[in-house]
Amino acid sequence: MRQVIIVGSGPAAYTAAIYAARADLAPLVIASSVEFGGELMKTTEVENFPGFPEGIMGPELMTKMQEQAERFGAELVYDDVTKLELEGEIKRVHLGSGEVHEALAVIYATGSAYRKLGLADEERLSGYGVSWCATCDGAFFRQKKVAVVGGGDSALEEATFLTRFADTVYLVHRREELRASKAMQERAFADPKIEFLWNQEVAHIYGDEKVTGMGLVSTVDGTETTKDLDGLFVAIGADPRTHLVHGQLELAPEGTVAVRGRSSMTNLEGVFAAGDVVDPSYKQAITAAGSGCVAALDAERYLSELPAELLARAAGTAPQPQPASA
Amino acid sequence: MSARNVTDADFEAEVLKSDKPIMVDFWAEWCGPCKAVSPILDRIAEENADKIDIVKLNVDDNPETAMKYGITSIPAMYVFSDGEVKKRIIGAKPKPALESDLAEFLA
Ligand SMILES: Cc1cc2nc3c(=O)[nH]c(=O)nc-3n(C[C@H](O)[C@H](O)[C@H](O)COP(=O)(O)OP(=O)(O)OC[C@H]3O[C@@H](n4cnc5c(N)ncnc54)[C@H](O)[C@@H]3O)c2cc1C
Repeated sequence: MRQVIIVGSGPAAYTAAIYAARADLAPLVIASSVEFGGELMKTTEVENFPGFPEGIMGPELMTKMQEQAERFGAELVYDDVTKLELEGEIKRVHLGSGEVHEALAVIYATGSAYRKLGLADEERLSGYGVSWCATCDGAFFRQKKVAVVGGGDSALEEATFLTRFADTVYLVHRREELRASKAMQERAFADPKIEFLWNQEVAHIYGDEKVTGMGLVSTVDGTETTKDLDGLFVAIGADPRTHLVHGQLELAPEGTVAVRGRSSMTNLEGVFAAGDVVDPSYKQAITAAGSGCVAALDAERYLSELPAELLARAAGTAPQPQPASA
Repeated sequence: MSARNVTDADFEAEVLKSDKPIMVDFWAEWCGPCKAVSPILDRIAEENADKIDIVKLNVDDNPETAMKYGITSIPAMYVFSDGEVKKRIIGAKPKPALESDLAEFLA
């Protein structure tokens, strides 16, 4: 049994791991099998993380955080958590491999997942023109026509980024004004390659083998139009990844995991949550890192108040994963 | 052991004329998920060396092939057999998910 298991591998999870490891809690970090490193693995330059005056590439920043956690004794497992049993003194963490790990405390830092349009052909054409990541896929649309759906900062950032490659970038937005910041809006309005399609909703994505067009419906009068297209980028926000804790942890009205005040404490003893999964407002690498620190300190304090015999069972023992139960 | 590279120049000889099923991993240096999936592919290749070959193609250095097969998102893992695309897998996935996508070639 472990003292603490950390679920996730973004800035929140890695910061929690650094603090927990330095407190001699020998944390086990379940980092995900293919998405380890979190959202910043999908971006290029990060220019607002303190300590890097020249900026740093997202993947490099995450590798550094990981190395820092490992240096102090955090142990990483590249697998996905498939089930959590969080009630009671001993928590159980089930992995994709079938292994089950036990711990006295769990820090939940799974971040958020992109929202989908919910259209019939979205899944089928995903990777064939439908994308959630301009920095990942934009370069394949040189001299092509693409659309970005959304109206926030991330939609405008994607649209502006895509003008490096594409000839035309439509920005499809349901309303007549954008949620994005003033600065982003001005930059986008000034860009001759970006064409705004106001008061429009994407109702269809067309294409057999790959995207060839989209069908739009006016949110004002229901008029239908179509546009030829090579790529469709979806940037309509993200939802906190809470599916593993439904029915166990209380959620806030915004859908994030509810925590007490400025702490990371959830409604269950010994279960702490950090990062974008608890944060409906700020969603930055540095705020996620800060909340990961809070979670590790809260967990450390919780563990220090547990009965000595329980701690003895967790401390110093090598990890002993149990075989999958039938 | 990590997978060998193929290029625009030798794609035909290496991939299209291969006498066993061969998976091409379309990747790029700047692609985080490509780095994540690469060691998983190496393990699958090692465990199934008699059934399937796995090679890598850098899309920045070999735009012609990437364009020809309409790659718009990476990692893209295409299985070729007898010179034709038999299976397309897009995006990094855990090993068990990739193995089940590839089941017909690993049996
Ligand atoms: C394109 C882009 C650019 C951005 N640029 C900036 C920027 O410049 N500056 C900035 O401050 N912020 C930026 N952000 C926001 C920043 O990335 C996030 O706020 C931050 O990464 C949140 O950290 P997190 O630790 O809460 O979650 P995440 O980074 O989302 O990490 C969560 C991790 O948990 C893992 N996970 C989820 N479920 C499981 C499971 N069941 N089992 C195991 N692991 C699991 C995921 O794989 C993931 O690795 C950007 C975001 C995007 C998408």
